[in-house]
Amino acid sequence: MQIFRAHVLCCAGTGCTSSKSLQIIDEFEKHIKDNHIDDEVKVIKTGCFGLCAEGPIVVIYPEGTMYVRVAPEDVKEIVEEHLVKGRTVSRLLAGHHDAEAISQSLDDVDFFSRQKRIALRNCGVINPESIDEYIARDGYVALAKVLTEMTPQQAIDVVTASGLRGRGGAGFPAGRKWQFAANSKGDIKYVCCNADEGDPGAFMDRSILEGDPHSVIEAMTIAGYAIGANHGFIYIRAEYPIAVQRLNIAIKQAKEYGLIGDRIFDTDFSFSLEIRLGAGAFVCGEETALMTSIEGKRGEPRVRPPFPAVKGLFGKPTILNNVETYANIPVIFTHGPEWFNTIGTEKSKGTKVFAVGGKIMNTGLVEIPMGTTLREIVYDIGGGIPNGKKFKAAQTGGPSGGCIPAEHLDTPIDYDSLARIGSMMGSGGLIVMDEDNCMVDIAKFFLEFTVDESCGKCPPCRIGTKRMLEILEKITNGKGEDGDIEKLEELAKSISKSALCGLGQTAPNPVLSTLRYFRHEYEAHIYDKKCPAGVCKAMLQYKINPDKCIGCSLCSRKCPVEAISGERKKPYVIDQSMCTKCGVCMETCKFAAIYKG
Amino acid sequence: MGNCGCTCSDTKEKKLQEIIEKYKDLEGALIPVLHEVQDVYGYLPLSVQTKIANGLNVPLAEVYGVVTFYTQFSLYPKGAYKVQVCLGTACYVKGAGAILEEIEKELGIDVGKCSEDGKFSLDACRCIGACGLAPVIMINEDVYGRLVPSDIKGIIQKYKEKVD
Ligand SMILES: Cc1cc2nc3c(=O)[nH]c(=O)nc-3n(C[C@H](O)[C@H](O)[C@H](O)COP(=O)(O)O)c2cc1C
Ligand code: FES
Repeated sequence: MQIFRAHVLCCAGTGCTSSKSLQIIDEFEKHIKDNHIDDEVKVIKTGCFGLCAEGPIVVIYPEGTMYVRVAPEDVKEIVEEHLVKGRTVSRLLAGHHDAEAISQSLDDVDFFSRQKRIALRNCGVINPESIDEYIARDGYVALAKVLTEMTPQQAIDVVTASGLRGRGGAGFPAGRKWQFAANSKGDIKYVCCNADEGDPGAFMDRSILEGDPHSVIEAMTIAGYAIGANHGFIYIRAEYPIAVQRLNIAIKQAKEYGLIGDRIFDTDFSFSLEIRLGAGAFVCGEETALMTSIEGKRGEPRVRPPFPAVKGLFGKPTILNNVETYANIPVIFTHGPEWFNTIGTEKSKGTKVFAVGGKIMNTGLVEIPMGTTLREIVYDIGGGIPNGKKFKAAQTGGPSGGCIPAEHLDTPIDYDSLARIGSMMGSGGLIVMDEDNCMVDIAKFFLEFTVDESCGKCPPCRIGTKRMLEILEKITNGKGEDGDIEKLEELAKSISKSALCGLGQTAPNPVLSTLRYFRHEYEAHIYDKKCPAGVCKAMLQYKINPDKCIGCSLCSRKCPVEAISGERKKPYVIDQSMCTKCGVCMETCKFAAIYKG
Repeated sequence: MGNCGCTCSDTKEKKLQEIIEKYKDLEGALIPVLHEVQDVYGYLPLSVQTKIANGLNVPLAEVYGVVTFYTQFSLYPKGAYKVQVCLGTACYVKGAGAILEEIEKELGIDVGKCSEDGKFSLDACRCIGACGLAPVIMINEDVYGRLVPSDIKGIIQKYKEKVD
């Protein structure tokens, strides 16, 4: 094997690819060649590093120097300075805009040093298109150990002992699920992977598949052996083309190496894997709907029981786990369940990956031990709220979840603590909101989502969520009435009790949790006809402060509906009956004379 | 048979038959077939659905039911430039709503519609996974991030000026 003196790792995840990282890789190849160091330096295309806000990211080893927001034009300088002359290009280092915070290497960056990477262990470290790099990091060791040294029951016992709970939302113990399916009688059983990742604003699973696809393949094969299944399906969103492509490559490589296929490691166990694409329906993330969709039908959920472990895909016993759940499995076998048990809290073992987004400095992927507080994620890892604004709430669990207000910033993050404060762990979306976000508007946003995605099979969800949305629309349009809040609460209760599947049962959560912590905002909309955050347009007026307006006439010329009039050099006024509240005037005013009120 | 005198519809038809042939014996074939056929035709009009129903030997009602269930499948043609505005949570809290309004204004079409000259179609989508760059839009394969409403005019203008 050829030895290189330096490795250039460049992120080729979706976020960085969107900001030209593939072009950056080409530039590196070219300049490295031009400088005749192509037999000393190797360029590697990796998965997501996690710090998407600062992408595209390039890391150079052995030093571990991290360059951020790299543009194709910067590459020449990095090659000539760093790789040829050994001098770091300080203007591209993380934190370069803040002299004290400059971080030379990956391990010094707060964002990384406080994390614990288990599920993401290989993301941003290996080339996801090379099975050899996965194997070099102990890949497929767990599979070999399970197939050659363990009985299926022993394998299940390891997963049970680890305490691993499902990372897809509900937190069901993985070992127990495997045990149920193993106990079911049947010649044909299936192993499925849920890579539908429906929570809008979450991209943990995609990053794992893009950065480390083999870990999921290895885990599914282990699961197949444990429950007695010879075939697996990965159900993945069609919106994830890069992940699909890397999975295809990985499956092909694993087949060539004999790590899936017939008689793996010369044992009697055979296992094959197939990819099925979703087609854009949120409900297909629900386990029974997902199986109906793989069967080629409208992805409507089924009544449980019978549970999938007894009667699942094509009527056969089936297990379904989430991508991140699987990504934890190989390490549990190589390091032992006792090791996994030492991480996390009493009832929530291990780590959780969150896709942190919204009003936060370091948007991206973070993996933290269970029990870490929200404050640590938002302030220590996430770098706080931009523009000096105040933290208002964080939303977890997407459309099924709830919000966590500032007073609960110190709640340890695990399944049970989050449920206690009316939110949920969810699959890992974590959206931070600041004082400029209206919580009624956010609740409406999620309700719009569920109304849109309700499959229509059961009336509580199909009709009930629509009625809730109508009330929320009324409130945000300034037409709320006394009694609306009570109606929302009543509807919420009956929908969660009577809906067929998790989608409907959890759909009222965003409303209930915003009502619990931000009831005063609802009341301000209904009784004072005011949106305290200044978001709901119907209740907001753009006004000109006569003390600040110098009468330059710029706003009046820009106003698309000619609602602003006045005499030059004197304060202008906005005709509220004509104003469409587009906000152009406020954007154009150079004197900050226009305000929302 | 193509009535424009060319053979394009013939080649499409041939591809369609190949796709059906490839998946015919697969359990749950309908969705993979619809995906690939939509890649060929750009959308799934009723005439194409009928051919799929016949080829896979399933009722047309079932094909139609599946096509209309999933948002990825479209009964209508899309524009030459498909503008997609992310309305995922991360983009939404960062003002994607205002971006969408600006694009509607700039293109003069509502969300879900296609412009009369067939040049632009506008759709809202959910999280394209570039949340770090929120708010984000996508025009065909190009992603634009960290947007404010005043960026839109310039971006759309670039595509308006393009002649194919
Ligand atoms: C409406 C709805 C959507 C869901 N979406 C997802 C999803 O996108 N990804 C996922 O892994 N689980 C999702 N789930 C949870 C799955 O039903 C299932 O519990 C999970 O995939 C099981 O895997 P786990 O035990 O490893 O978490 C969803 C559930 C519901 C009710
Ligand atoms: S929410 Fe818009 S890219 Fe994720």
